[in-house]
Amino acid sequence: MTVHAEPAVIPDFDGGTAGRKLAIICSKGNLDMAYPGLVLANAALGEGVETHLFFTFWGFDMITKSRMRDLKFTPLGNTATHLPQGLGGLPGMTAVATRQMKRQIAEAGVPEVPEFLAQIADSGGHLWACRMSADMLHLDEGDLCAEVEGIISAADFIEKTDGAQLLFI
Amino acid sequence: MKVATIAGRAVHVDDEGFLTVYGEWDEDLAETLAARIGIELTDAHWKALRFLRDDYRSQGETATLRRVSVVGGIPTRQLFTLFPKKPAKKMAYIAGLPKPRGCV
Repeated sequence: MTVHAEPAVIPDFDGGTAGRKLAIICSKGNLDMAYPGLVLANAALGEGVETHLFFTFWGFDMITKSRMRDLKFTPLGNTATHLPQGLGGLPGMTAVATRQMKRQIAEAGVPEVPEFLAQIADSGGHLWACRMSADMLHLDEGDLCAEVEGIISAADFIEKTDGAQLLFI
Repeated sequence: MKVATIAGRAVHVDDEGFLTVYGEWDEDLAETLAARIGIELTDAHWKALRFLRDDYRSQGETATLRRVSVVGGIPTRQLFTLFPKKPAKKMAYIAGLPKPRGCV
């Protein structure tokens, strides 16, 4: 071989800001709005970023055992589906749209919400439930999936995520 | 595509240092690649690396962490212990494969 060989570069696995943290606030309970936070948390953890998720208001459905497998998607009010808006209001349309979206998510090799949360916890992610939401909904730790580390106040979350970059979803 | 010298042999690499030719890798080279990023390979590491190699050959792309855990049967927690901080990229580097392109 007559090629000119250079000394080999080593990938910079330790690059990036030391001690980088990411805080993600999940405030929505729709199936389509659950995934952005989960995908980004998973990606951040895979890059070695300390990641905290805070589930609040409708986002509580993502971690509530009785609901987390049953998040729904509706085309109503969502022009990006490019369907006539009246169609979204027909009986059964939410179930049809939800089934279709779940199939597309599965085909992309992406897990359902409960499995995704387990993967995030296994990757070292921290899941926190909002105290006010728990009080409003009369739920306690027993109602939430096992991966949730605790029910904490907004102030506690702000304290835990000191210096973090923040995403509100 | 550049040619670089690793462990005394010339291999093709991309700008970041990942090998780009599947057939230029072998297990001796993996030991050197691992050592360069501070990892000493054990049987547990090899199980993951061999899965990655075999899976790439059949799928044509590098397995994501989820695929290594679900299809390869190696728990996610263990992958983070074996290849700390950035397991997917570190595994791909040592296995002589491109970085995974999938999001999950």
